[in-house]
Amino acid sequence: MAIEPDKPVAGDEGGMGYLQSLPRRVVTIWLPLAVFVIVLLFPFYWMAVTSLKPNEQMTNFNDYSPFWVIGPTLEHFRYLLFETSYPGWLWNTILISTAATVLSLFAAVFAAYAIERLRFSGSRQVGLAIFLAYLVPPSILFIPLSVMVFKLGLYDTPFALILTYPTFLVPFCTWLLMGYFRSIPYELEECALIDGASRWQILTKIILPLSVPGLISAGIFAFTLSWNEFIYALTFIQSSENKTVPVGVLTELVRSDVYEWGALMAGALIGSLPVVILYSFFVEHYVSSMTGAVKE
Amino acid sequence: MATERLTAAEDRTEPTLSKRLAESRGFLSFGFMLPSAALLLVFLTYPLGLGVWLGFTDTRIGRPGIFVGLENYGYLWDDSVFWLSVFNTLLYTISASILKFALGLWLALLLNENLPFKSFFRAVVLLPWVVPTVLSAIAFWWIYDSQFSIISWALIELGVIDQRINFLGDPTNARASVIAANVWRGIPFVAITLLAGLQTIPQSLYEAATLDGAGRWQLFRFVTLPLLTPIIAITMTFSVLFTFTDFQLIYVLTRGGPVNATHLMATLSFQRGISGGQLGEGAAIAVAMIPFLLAAILFSYFGLQRRKWQQGGGD
Repeated sequence: MAIEPDKPVAGDEGGMGYLQSLPRRVVTIWLPLAVFVIVLLFPFYWMAVTSLKPNEQMTNFNDYSPFWVIGPTLEHFRYLLFETSYPGWLWNTILISTAATVLSLFAAVFAAYAIERLRFSGSRQVGLAIFLAYLVPPSILFIPLSVMVFKLGLYDTPFALILTYPTFLVPFCTWLLMGYFRSIPYELEECALIDGASRWQILTKIILPLSVPGLISAGIFAFTLSWNEFIYALTFIQSSENKTVPVGVLTELVRSDVYEWGALMAGALIGSLPVVILYSFFVEHYVSSMTGAVKE
Repeated sequence: MATERLTAAEDRTEPTLSKRLAESRGFLSFGFMLPSAALLLVFLTYPLGLGVWLGFTDTRIGRPGIFVGLENYGYLWDDSVFWLSVFNTLLYTISASILKFALGLWLALLLNENLPFKSFFRAVVLLPWVVPTVLSAIAFWWIYDSQFSIISWALIELGVIDQRINFLGDPTNARASVIAANVWRGIPFVAITLLAGLQTIPQSLYEAATLDGAGRWQLFRFVTLPLLTPIIAITMTFSVLFTFTDFQLIYVLTRGGPVNATHLMATLSFQRGISGGQLGEGAAIAVAMIPFLLAAILFSYFGLQRRKWQQGGGD
């Protein structure tokens, strides 16, 4: 199932950890762990420090320590928010990610319920097909999709992305929700059926309230995936005002040979913040959806 | 018994047509599946077929193409850049996956120790995976800057090297740099999924093995690894698939340069298909990725089979 019990069985907590002496633990566990954490976090630190540095400190490593800022400035953020289209990109990304997530969740709830609980003939095959659909990568779909998007007249509109993101969101959400629905006992549904509830009532009054954690997990993950999506957004959107954050930062802030590193890093930082904040509130849900999707 | 059911059925013919439809499982399933099926058939299955078809045509942007048979593939067969991209993709996928696996497993084992602040570490470690790849790649771009790279500066200060490293300008360095960035991004995924697997292994097995005289390495080799194999198989299949089809990192860091040394099949497909306007040729390159992906998926399938067997399930 998708949610893993983090706590081991009672009486099993310590394991054999007491057999290891403290110095040994420091060398074999804490030291490597510290290196991992520093390496994994350094790019973010560097991003943050660079975005606060005044331009003259940016490249002058000899007079100023590169790892610290003397007199941090918000100039890069001001430039980004008031002199570029960045707020517009942010708004587009929020709008597109939310719409794609809602659409995908809506479709996935019904599909997962039908596959897992209505058990129509061929539901197993459909379940497998959904899993395989998740494995189809955007990098082999973007060319034919761009032809379609153009023919449908969606090119350079948010709908091009809202309608294509579900290609990877629906399989993922369906797969995840199937796991959640499987964990809900049949008896609850049978009781409701005997009491005369329709399938619709069972779904909305019994299954959905019980699978709120699953819906949150799927929603958070889907939102993050759409926020991070790049190749479709790069291919299907042309005009500056319709771009999403990842595409906008890369294509509009990088001009000629003079890179404005401060503004670029500020853009990367602000663009990462919403998903990081969302993630920090729902770490457990996020982890369970990630491991759940792999383990099912 | 039979008559009872018959009368019950007769009673049920009374309600309206819409009510009977709502009760019918087939109709209900069809209705429930409709939104997903419509989205996936229109925007996934159809484009997949369209992509294969485009690979056989000479379509360009703004001009519908005609069927040219295997001409695109014939051209690619003689194209050294295409073969270089295949080589790069394989090199990138294999070396990055091995590193991700080794380091990810190590990190998972570290996190599985009984640590204080365990959930904090786990949350922090996942950050590279959560943050949009393009945005963290931009940070790497700045870290890899030819003049102001912080790595070069630190190594010069420490006296390890005496001149700046040209991270993205030299073919070998560029390959190593993009692989390092990919590994950085991929470690959290591998570590956290393997950690979830590790947490399902009961401590009592380790205690039993210790009583039988197993050392640390033997504990890992004969208890941890066999029990972890199924989840390793699946995690690594996902990891390989995502690495093989990677596009964003390369597009941000090198755009395939220097001299195509880091062009992956996905970036070459974009360059030829979208930037160059040769949709047919780009689609052919994308289609050429499918056999590799199928091989990985088959690998995953057999991984799942093995899992079933290990859990004591059927077949």
